[in-house]
Amino acid sequence: MSLPRSARALTEAAATGEISPLDIVEGVLARIEASDGEIGAFLEVRAEEARAHARRLEASKDRGPLFGVPFAIKDNLQLAGWPITCASRILEGHRAAYSATAVQRLVDAGAIPIGRCNMDEFGFGSSTEHSAFGITRNPWNTDRIPGGSSGGSAAAVASGMVPLALGTDTGGSIRQPAALCGVTGLKPTYGRVSRFGLIAFGSSLDQIGPIARSAEDCALALSVIAGHDPRDATSLPETFATSDRDLAGLRVGVAELPASASPAASIQARVAEAIDTMSSLGAEVRPVALPHAEHAIAAYYLVATSEASSNLSRFDGIRYGNRVPATDLRTHYIETRSAGFGEEAKRRILLGGFALSSGYYDAYYKKALQVRTLIRRDFEAAFADVDVIVGPTTPLAAFTIGDSIDDPLSLWLCDLLTTPANLAGIPAVSIPCGFDDDGMPVGLQLQGPALGDAKLLAAATTFQRATTFHDQRPGAS
Amino acid sequence: MTDWQPVIGLEVHVQLSTRTKLFCDCANAFGTLANSNTCPICAGHPGVLPVPNEQALLLGVRAALALGCDVQPFSKFDRKHYFYPDLPKGYQISQYDLPFALNGSVDLGDGRRIDLERIHWEEDAGKSTHEAGYSLVDLNRCGVPLIEIVGKPNLHSPADAHAFLDSLKRTLRYATVSTCDMEKGSLRCDANVSLRRTSDAPLGTKVEIKNVNSFKMVERALDFELARQAAILDSGATVAQETRLWDEARGETRSMRSKEEAMDYRYFPEPDIPPIELATSTIDAQRELVAESWQTRRHRYESAGLTAYDASVLTAEPDIADYFEATWQACDDAKQAANWTQTDVLRAAGERGVGIAELRVRPNTLAEIIGLVQSGLINFAGARKVFNRILDANDGPCETPAEAVVALGVAQISDPHLLEPIVREVMGACEKAVADYRKGKTKALDALKGRIMGKTKGRADPAVVGEILTRLLSP
Repeated sequence: MSLPRSARALTEAAATGEISPLDIVEGVLARIEASDGEIGAFLEVRAEEARAHARRLEASKDRGPLFGVPFAIKDNLQLAGWPITCASRILEGHRAAYSATAVQRLVDAGAIPIGRCNMDEFGFGSSTEHSAFGITRNPWNTDRIPGGSSGGSAAAVASGMVPLALGTDTGGSIRQPAALCGVTGLKPTYGRVSRFGLIAFGSSLDQIGPIARSAEDCALALSVIAGHDPRDATSLPETFATSDRDLAGLRVGVAELPASASPAASIQARVAEAIDTMSSLGAEVRPVALPHAEHAIAAYYLVATSEASSNLSRFDGIRYGNRVPATDLRTHYIETRSAGFGEEAKRRILLGGFALSSGYYDAYYKKALQVRTLIRRDFEAAFADVDVIVGPTTPLAAFTIGDSIDDPLSLWLCDLLTTPANLAGIPAVSIPCGFDDDGMPVGLQLQGPALGDAKLLAAATTFQRATTFHDQRPGAS
Repeated sequence: MTDWQPVIGLEVHVQLSTRTKLFCDCANAFGTLANSNTCPICAGHPGVLPVPNEQALLLGVRAALALGCDVQPFSKFDRKHYFYPDLPKGYQISQYDLPFALNGSVDLGDGRRIDLERIHWEEDAGKSTHEAGYSLVDLNRCGVPLIEIVGKPNLHSPADAHAFLDSLKRTLRYATVSTCDMEKGSLRCDANVSLRRTSDAPLGTKVEIKNVNSFKMVERALDFELARQAAILDSGATVAQETRLWDEARGETRSMRSKEEAMDYRYFPEPDIPPIELATSTIDAQRELVAESWQTRRHRYESAGLTAYDASVLTAEPDIADYFEATWQACDDAKQAANWTQTDVLRAAGERGVGIAELRVRPNTLAEIIGLVQSGLINFAGARKVFNRILDANDGPCETPAEAVVALGVAQISDPHLLEPIVREVMGACEKAVADYRKGKTKALDALKGRIMGKTKGRADPAVVGEILTRLLSP
């Protein structure tokens, strides 16, 4: 049986009884069986549970807004009883004692969890090569990386294995793999989606968001997972309602990019074409200035690593996860954490710990917070004149596996265009806008003002109704 | 030692009496099975987030107001990092550079005030027990709400340090923010100690003493440490800046870590908790809940004619003071209310191991008993029987003191016509006492009175008996 590809079409078909949740699950499992051996998007597929879940749904009278929609979960989001590793050895064998609010809300809306997706360890990376459990391949070219850190989630959607996946975005970890895999990925406004149950990387930057085949599906998922959560003191009180505003009269800002992030020529060309398309759909394109954007990477890597070094302190092998036996406490900590964390995790813990240490705090962490304020103000000023800011999501399309792993700094620079939205707490979405000369997908990033998620997704939806990039699928699958 | 002036500053951790822990819904309770009173949040599971408990924040504010602090409208939480098995997140959520309260003072009760630096909120850690060859970790205490009260180094003797803690405890108990029970760990104290030559000399090198867990230990530990430092300085050597642990069993402090090993806690603002903004109305509402201070009450009691000693005993605990005041109001006799509260009432509570507020004899019942004595219906011995009868009555409708008098048959015999024959009978039987009295041994009168009380089963009115005896014995 051929399943509808979009989450909306799937749930409509399921709700009317045209197709049963179990049929959907079987279809999805068959696709995973066919594709994932090559792609490696999943760390674990929980097939029997998914089938049982589908049967329970069929028996129940509830028809939630995501009834019957299978979804994949980045392996840093908890679902009670499931193993969870963050793609790290240090959590190997751990099972979640409770469910993340966002995951629970999807389940409560009738969605069916299928399995756990690969990622860069704890979110540290943009290629999913920093997973302790193997790499994930880009469905458009299996020699290439899928991006990261939500690489498994993006690859699972891009290859058509699932219509929806949850990712998390600390500096671009939803948008960058979405761009590199040719799918749509949203980082909502900070505080829109509860972080309760997300294994923290950079607490002041992290947001959970959907990766799907269209902005419309992302909006559908966001409408389910958004909203205040009493268990997250940083979650916002505002409710989310989708918007159907089109591009007519929308003020679209285009910012000059920092020199260090000069995108590849073919990416610049695709983005220019996309802006033309928006213009032809009625958008008013005008330039905006983001003068402090070039400092985003420096500020981001100080804030993110500082918070990460703190957040990862709890992984000590005392209560859960892997433990290296030792005869004294100090050796226990050193051995357990040295064996449990991968190279990139160690690099970031050390960097963050250094930035927070006595005597360096003012020069690094505090300075980074000041830059962060400047970046936020840049956006506030820009959004006084425009409704959205568009540009490339990444300076480069997906590179070849292994190409950059030994050069962390050049990898970090790839985040230059995505980190400002996290530093400012604003929503941003990446949508496909064509292919580069090698046939790899190119992502267009739309950024909006805080709480402007609905307008942003409406603009993206209008673009997608007029284009077919998001409907393209890798290979013949 | 007399050559040196001790300089002592205390840092006091106080557990707040909240229903639940600071950042999760676990009960703030003692004595449960190890690790049973935990949840993913206080046990530091991956992905959990702290949500501040409003009651804890408000109790902290009330404590600060009771100590005369300036409560800050804007403060924030920070993370303090160190690795230890009973600290499950690898950091403690505390307040660093923007605490919620500044200044304030502790009144030593003799006119002196010791200034405070600050008060901040933080979460408690778990408990480690070290056995031979292994360590046990109990996370039940993790996340219990604390305030840390930092006093300025303005104390100059172990006795003053004791007075500081005693006053602080009374104040916080009056504000009903904590039980302040050092033995149960709800009040814990670290002391910074140094010596200097004269009171205007610069401060000497300070040593921090940890693990002083009772009022007695504080004085003992300070005495030991001051003598240790004086001996070092007298020998011409210098005191090393370090943290020392009080070893109660050995009665000494010993080095825990030196300045070089001092921890870098890598404080930074807690990103999971937005800054805490306290509205003026919120602070004012807490101000109204701060009860009259124990010092003010003490002065009021002394003005009512009680001795300084009585006033001090009665204000030791807010429950005692409340009980005394309610009795006093109802019977209008401060002295009697004070006597009863300090003796029979406290003894009864102590014997039963319950709080004074839980006693079956409530203040107005006690006032009625006192009233029966005042009106002459019963004497003190009878009153005590009535008190004990009501105290030990089973559940059910309470007997009134008047009913108890009837049931016990302790109504006082005051009629001289009834008492005189008994007095004569006793005088006849105790010729020696009568003779002794007439020879001038006035003490012999007590023996006669005792016999008369015995004959009447304690019911004779002592005053009337006294009058009759004096009349009959007079030559």
